[in-house]
Amino acid sequence: MESHALLIAAALSAGTVLAIAALGLLINEKAGIVNLGAEGMMLCAAIAGFAAVVHTGNSWLGFAAGMAAGAGLAAIFGVLVIWLNTNQYATGLALSLFGAGFSAFVGIGYVQEKLPEQARHVIPWLGDLPFVGPALFRQHPMVYIAMALTAGLIWFLYRTRAGLVLRSVGESPESAHALGYPVRRIRLMAVVAGGALCGLAGAYVSVVYTPLWVEGMIAGKGWIALALTTFATWRPARVLLGAYLFGGVTMLQFHLQGLGVDVPPQFLTMLPYLATIVVLVLISRNPRWIRLNMPTSIGKPFYPGS
Amino acid sequence: MWKLEARPQPSRLWTFGSPLLALLLTVLIGVCLFVALGKDPVRGLQIFFWEPIKSPYALGELMVKATPLLIIALGLAVCFRSNVWNIGAEGQFVIGAVAAGGVALLADKTTGPWIVPAIIAAGVLGGMAWAGITALLRDRFNANEILVSLMLVYVADMVLSYLVFGPWKDPQGYNFPQTKTFEAVTQIPRLMSGSRVSIGLLIALAGAAALWIFLFRTYAGFAQQVGGLAPAAARYAGFSSRKALWVALLTSGGAAGLAGALEVAGPIGQLTPYVPAGYGFAAIIVAFVGRLHPAGMVFSAILMSMFYIGGELAQSRLGLPKSLTGVFQGLLLFCLLACDTLIAYRIVSPPKRPAAAPPSRGRHLWPGEAGSTVAPAKHED
Amino acid sequence: MSASTVPSQPPSDPPAAPAARLRLTGITKAYPAVVANSEVSLTVQPGEIHAVLGENGAGKSTLMKIIYGAVRPDAGVVEVDGRPVVIRNPQEARALGIAMVFQHFSLFDTLTVAENVWLGLGKSLSLAEVSRRIIATTQEYGLQLEPTRPVHTLGVGERQRVEIVRSLLTDPKLLILDEPTSVLTPQAVENLFVTLRQLAARGCSILYISHKLHEIRALCTACTVLRGGKVTGVCDPREESNASLSRLMIGAEPPALEHREQPAGAVVLEVRDLSLAREDQFGVDLQHIALTVRAGEVVGIAGVSGNGQKELLYALSGEDTRAADDSIQVGGQGVGRLGPMQRRARGLHFLPEERLGRGAVPALSLAHNLLLTRSDAVGRGGWLQLRALRAQAAAIIDRFKVKAGGPGAAASSLSGGNLQKFIVGREIAANPALLIVSQPTWGVDVGAAAQIRGEILKLRDSGCAVLVVSEELEELFDICDRMYVMAKGQLSPSLPRAEATVALVGQWMSGLWNTPANPIKQLLTVTVLRQACCGADDQTGPLDAVFEIAEGESLEELVGRIEASRFLQYSSTHDTLHGLVNDQPVVIVFGPSRGRPPEYLADPASPLVALLNGQPLHFVFRMNEGGR
Repeated sequence: MESHALLIAAALSAGTVLAIAALGLLINEKAGIVNLGAEGMMLCAAIAGFAAVVHTGNSWLGFAAGMAAGAGLAAIFGVLVIWLNTNQYATGLALSLFGAGFSAFVGIGYVQEKLPEQARHVIPWLGDLPFVGPALFRQHPMVYIAMALTAGLIWFLYRTRAGLVLRSVGESPESAHALGYPVRRIRLMAVVAGGALCGLAGAYVSVVYTPLWVEGMIAGKGWIALALTTFATWRPARVLLGAYLFGGVTMLQFHLQGLGVDVPPQFLTMLPYLATIVVLVLISRNPRWIRLNMPTSIGKPFYPGS
Repeated sequence: MWKLEARPQPSRLWTFGSPLLALLLTVLIGVCLFVALGKDPVRGLQIFFWEPIKSPYALGELMVKATPLLIIALGLAVCFRSNVWNIGAEGQFVIGAVAAGGVALLADKTTGPWIVPAIIAAGVLGGMAWAGITALLRDRFNANEILVSLMLVYVADMVLSYLVFGPWKDPQGYNFPQTKTFEAVTQIPRLMSGSRVSIGLLIALAGAAALWIFLFRTYAGFAQQVGGLAPAAARYAGFSSRKALWVALLTSGGAAGLAGALEVAGPIGQLTPYVPAGYGFAAIIVAFVGRLHPAGMVFSAILMSMFYIGGELAQSRLGLPKSLTGVFQGLLLFCLLACDTLIAYRIVSPPKRPAAAPPSRGRHLWPGEAGSTVAPAKHED
Repeated sequence: MSASTVPSQPPSDPPAAPAARLRLTGITKAYPAVVANSEVSLTVQPGEIHAVLGENGAGKSTLMKIIYGAVRPDAGVVEVDGRPVVIRNPQEARALGIAMVFQHFSLFDTLTVAENVWLGLGKSLSLAEVSRRIIATTQEYGLQLEPTRPVHTLGVGERQRVEIVRSLLTDPKLLILDEPTSVLTPQAVENLFVTLRQLAARGCSILYISHKLHEIRALCTACTVLRGGKVTGVCDPREESNASLSRLMIGAEPPALEHREQPAGAVVLEVRDLSLAREDQFGVDLQHIALTVRAGEVVGIAGVSGNGQKELLYALSGEDTRAADDSIQVGGQGVGRLGPMQRRARGLHFLPEERLGRGAVPALSLAHNLLLTRSDAVGRGGWLQLRALRAQAAAIIDRFKVKAGGPGAAASSLSGGNLQKFIVGREIAANPALLIVSQPTWGVDVGAAAQIRGEILKLRDSGCAVLVVSEELEELFDICDRMYVMAKGQLSPSLPRAEATVALVGQWMSGLWNTPANPIKQLLTVTVLRQACCGADDQTGPLDAVFEIAEGESLEELVGRIEASRFLQYSSTHDTLHGLVNDQPVVIVFGPSRGRPPEYLADPASPLVALLNGQPLHFVFRMNEGGR
């Protein structure tokens, strides 16, 4: 029982990374922009956050540094893609490749560093409940922040006028432009916000999840987050659930190893990636779902014309 | 505010000039980076641009690095021109290497030289099979090929890791995760003694020529590219988009697998966990910087190899981390994408606002006027 | 208001009349390759319906964008209600009371009607308030619209209503309509005109952009004609003829087409019982389509877009191969499952309505664009013979007088008309047995349009079978020998040119043709003949409206709906309507008995009731004269 509770707790923690990053990418895509540079942004944010904590000892400053790194890179991406109309996919790839190289380069000096001991987070009273306590209520605050973020995003997108404007820009930037909305500025704001969230997720990985720095430590979570937004048909609540699901799959490998299952470790490590493929296939089989929910202008360049 | 204004026709000047300008910008940023790191920028430039070409041996090493980059990029060019985004060339490279290595391991002291073509064929088939998975999932289930091919990269790495840590581990290897060194007979023949350059280089150049013919002189190549330029037009013309998808992925998968085979049966000589060297991703940059054109890609492959070798030299001589290579490569692609804007757009200074006089001078052509070859602006009225 | 203004000089004489609602003086706007507007002046009085007439490319849309604030002029003065203003963006235009209904709707498919309207208004209102106002406005103007429906479920005419309601909610003083009738059936056009006249009667000015002469003459009270970016004339269209307006618009009489009578030859294309489920969830199912096209004749398919033309064309061109093999036959052979290339091999050539992106690849040269449908220059083994290709392209450019920079010019560098000429030439030069064309002259200037239509007729004279799908009825009347009408995925019977009238075709566009196994619901066509309207002395001519009888709707409900419609708003002082049913006079009493079913209709023995029980009806109501 205890191990199941720990599995759930670990899945939540692992899923939080994916959730925050995927929510950021969702904001991007709701505005019609696909940012394939998620992996690169998360890597740079991871080293930025790690370095900040090494130098200041404050993990919240680490998160802030990560967000700043993500937002900064996203801004460069945004200017290229929105004002210069460069190909979104190619530019996102460039960002990922650059981010991988840059983070490795900057992180050279931090490879052996250790972070100060993290306090154990336990919510009083709730955390002591049998089973539910260890499963849900002994998490780092970021886990709860992810849930709050999901709720906040749902409210923003579907209950506010600003959210409606964002969705309309993603649906048809030409129409929004004709109605007088500053389409490019709105898209840039979405891109930067998305980048900040990816950065937050990246910083969480290096500061809390596996508190160390290793080259390439994001190990594809940025790409999985991208798949997650499609898988969740661009709905925040589904993103959160899907993220926890994936987190569970990731944790499964350790769980199985702990159970003494006799499978070569590499096959267990493959599980999250294979799961992503399976899920992509399942969701893509029905083009109608996608067509109804996908912001129509995703990936297409927008020319104001005048 | 400076404004971007669409050109009536893509600028030929900037089609060639954009990569050069991007290179220039990257070099400038590189110089700044060197200065910021406290190193002599001139020495840095020398290491990156002079050292790799200053002697025949250095040139040979350059070609050794450029060969796999060029081969993979040739395949990727077919993909990108067809609007199929194969990002998983790295995975196809690895599986090609694995397949080739598997065949190479079958060799013993008595095997004849026939094993070399077998190794190469195995590499090609391995890469094609791996890419075929992506093609199948996209064809049957409409799954996004970017994400599928990328996930398969991680899976491929794990497959390699499993093999070299497990069944294929060299029993005499002191428990290191690596296969035994392949027999000498499996070695890809060298072009000349004293250099590590293999016939792979010839294969690469022949491939570039073949690609040029395919893209620009064959109907099949034309049909392949229309799908990437205007999918509705391809459908109208009757060009099969399914066929284009499979051709693109199998070609690039086979090319990446071929590169993997050449590397593993060539410079590396065995299977280790370090076989994936990121060539599959670097080749993406090679393809773009080379304008997806065979001739351009030859040059950009050489350029990227310079970055690789420069990075290694910078590590040993200047004490800079090897990952500098990755930084420059990424920067180059960024700058290229930004400079490419100049092909379709020109920068104009803010228009002056005349008080009342209409602009009577200048090349303003009425639509339909004799000599007017340009369309009215995109404001269809 | 956020629009900046220049203080106006006090006039030396008191103005004799109120200031013009809108006055443009000397407006000039130039783009890199063309001058869109040059010294354009325009004056619109309050309550005036002012037409802006010009062919494609004359500068109409640019001028409207300047008024609406989407574009800034290089020179010139804009005055609203006598005060010079600078309109920097659409919000400022809205604040000045200027509203615009675009030709290409600015709607968001996945959002509801209310949300779409809300986005077009300022921030001050809440969504609920907007919904309430939508309901109020639709009732006031007799438009049918539900605020909670997602826009993607609406038809084209309904979408235009959303645009109109969005404009009406801004309480406009000047309403601009850009080519509003290209998506409407003739009957729906009349409905629109009623709404516009209602608006004008309340003092709102209307700017009506169009190139359709008869509409302008029917609706508008003033007209400014643009040609090549300049004003060539200002007139009252009610006093002009089509010929005189055409002279102002294109500098000459409308080009005459030689349409010779010619006996048709063998059947080339036969479509038999073609039924296809839609591919796209927003599309239209095709049901039991049947048509034939013979050699040496031009057959047209009329209909407003969105009724299945797109799906039918995909099936005919081979881009959709799901049809049964023999449901589509070319020259007697079934081709339903063949792709475009195989169909071309059998002589079927197709011209899509989208030029750039489907008919031609924008980035490729004209020569390479030939390869899309012509493989003459492809040698053995697929080798491209580039010199032969260029020569072929040059020949087409020459023969069809395409203005281009040579065979190597990129397709995107040609104007719409010239590119269309090239694409048409490409297919005609292939000597097809059957040519299928969709919207041959959409967005093309008059000269090129005339040339293209002439080429189609030449092709027909030489024995080719031609099928033309077009939304422009005049075009079909000009070149067709026969036509069909497409409505809601079904095709009408064939209609010879001699028997086709606008009214009849318009009626058929609602699906109202008498085919035996026709499951279409009954429709009630109401024609209101009006002698006088709302205080003005203008004769407005017959207006039609179509009332669709809903399943299970009772007579009372139906009559109640007719009562609530805009027609009877005008008749507030008219108590009775005289009608004709199959030429039998009928009197319907409204007014004081409004709300109760008219006594006449309550009599079960009346011929009206008997008729309602079986067939589609055609009511003619004549307004009571002198009841004012």
